[in-house]
Amino acid sequence: MSWRVATVVALRDQTATARTIVLDVVGWPGHDAGQHVDVRLTAPDGYSAVRSYSIASAADGQRIELAVEQLPDGEVSPYLAHDLVAGDLLEIRGPVGGWFVWRPEQTEPVQLVAGGSGVVPLLAMARSHAAVGSRAPIRLLYSVRDAGSVLYGSELDTLSRRDGGLEVTYAYTRVAPAGSLRPPGRVDVSLLAEATWPPVDEPTCYVCGPTAFVEVVADLLTAAGHDPGRVRTERFGPSGGIR
Amino acid sequence: MGIISRGFSGRRRAHDPDLPPGQYLTEDFPVLSAGPTPRIPPDEWEFAITTETGQVHRWDWPTFLALPSENVTVDLHCVTRWSKLGTSWEGVSLDTLVEDVETAADFALVHSYGGYTTNLPVEDLLDGKAWVAYRYDGDDLAPAHGGPARLLVPHLYLWKSAKWVRGITLSDVDEPGFWESAGYHNYGDPWREQRYWGE
Repeated sequence: MSWRVATVVALRDQTATARTIVLDVVGWPGHDAGQHVDVRLTAPDGYSAVRSYSIASAADGQRIELAVEQLPDGEVSPYLAHDLVAGDLLEIRGPVGGWFVWRPEQTEPVQLVAGGSGVVPLLAMARSHAAVGSRAPIRLLYSVRDAGSVLYGSELDTLSRRDGGLEVTYAYTRVAPAGSLRPPGRVDVSLLAEATWPPVDEPTCYVCGPTAFVEVVADLLTAAGHDPGRVRTERFGPSGGIR
Repeated sequence: MGIISRGFSGRRRAHDPDLPPGQYLTEDFPVLSAGPTPRIPPDEWEFAITTETGQVHRWDWPTFLALPSENVTVDLHCVTRWSKLGTSWEGVSLDTLVEDVETAADFALVHSYGGYTTNLPVEDLLDGKAWVAYRYDGDDLAPAHGGPARLLVPHLYLWKSAKWVRGITLSDVDEPGFWESAGYHNYGDPWREQRYWGE
């Protein structure tokens, strides 16, 4: 798989620590929603660092969009989230990953469950679902610290206003906005039962987030009766104490 | 050398000769799995090696634990670019497991509880290169890391070290496993950076 030159065409802040990077990639072969890319940065002396980022956009010609959350101790993410400006060039290769994807020919219900910046590949699925006019019922349960940490909030609103579009439920873990029906708390059995497709509907579930979050949610889904073969996961970050 | 990233200097690290190209060190032990973590009670656990002629060799948990084990300290290299050096494991060498197995097969397809598969040449399982490991760092292997037992093939990228291993099928035909069918390299040598198809 070869490296391609990508031009930064737009940057948009999403939160205090995350921003969207829109790239124009000559010769981009297209991608499935949920796939990721490798991004390579090279210093003047030839030192380079590569990290993977999920694609946030649905297939759209040579355009792809990444959303990068700055990690406190990161080597690559602070550069992408802060230093990069429009017109800069990056090297990328991909798309990578053929499992954590949603394809337009899928007709079964879709259950997306995001923890924090794990929403990014799931947004690509929701955007792709809308772009192709899919009639597959689709829901997102989005666990996030507080309203200020929501990525793509206004777009999720737009997607949810579309007829037959995305149904979004937020689970605020630290601070719930005024007027919320539910106090802040983690995703649990009752919230899953209320806000996600039941096992009897045989949805394909996509769970993406920090390792500990995905472990808990995937366990709850299978305990609720979802076929483990229909629960696809993508974990990132520290193990959260699992040994 | 690629395109210079304006203003990027990177985090300088002393060169570590134990680190394959494109990898960075982690002290943590990240968990990457394609689905939920299977929970396999040891009294329901079984491991089987099936030869190309259909002969099946089976072990249940007590007979498996009764086999001679080895303690090994190895480096782990994940295709997602983290490496963890000097990890301590206890397990049964594949050399021990195949002692009574008659085979001339060249390829192995490894099966896991939960449906995961991965393929590799038989020679990469032999001569002290692979184990079915059931203890990590002095403790029973946690389910998230593949317990009760996982394959450990540390000279290849970690996706080859199948968690929740339940069996190995030997064959004259090389059949791509789960990630090998989904864009990842068929062999996966970290020292040659064989991450994806076509590398």
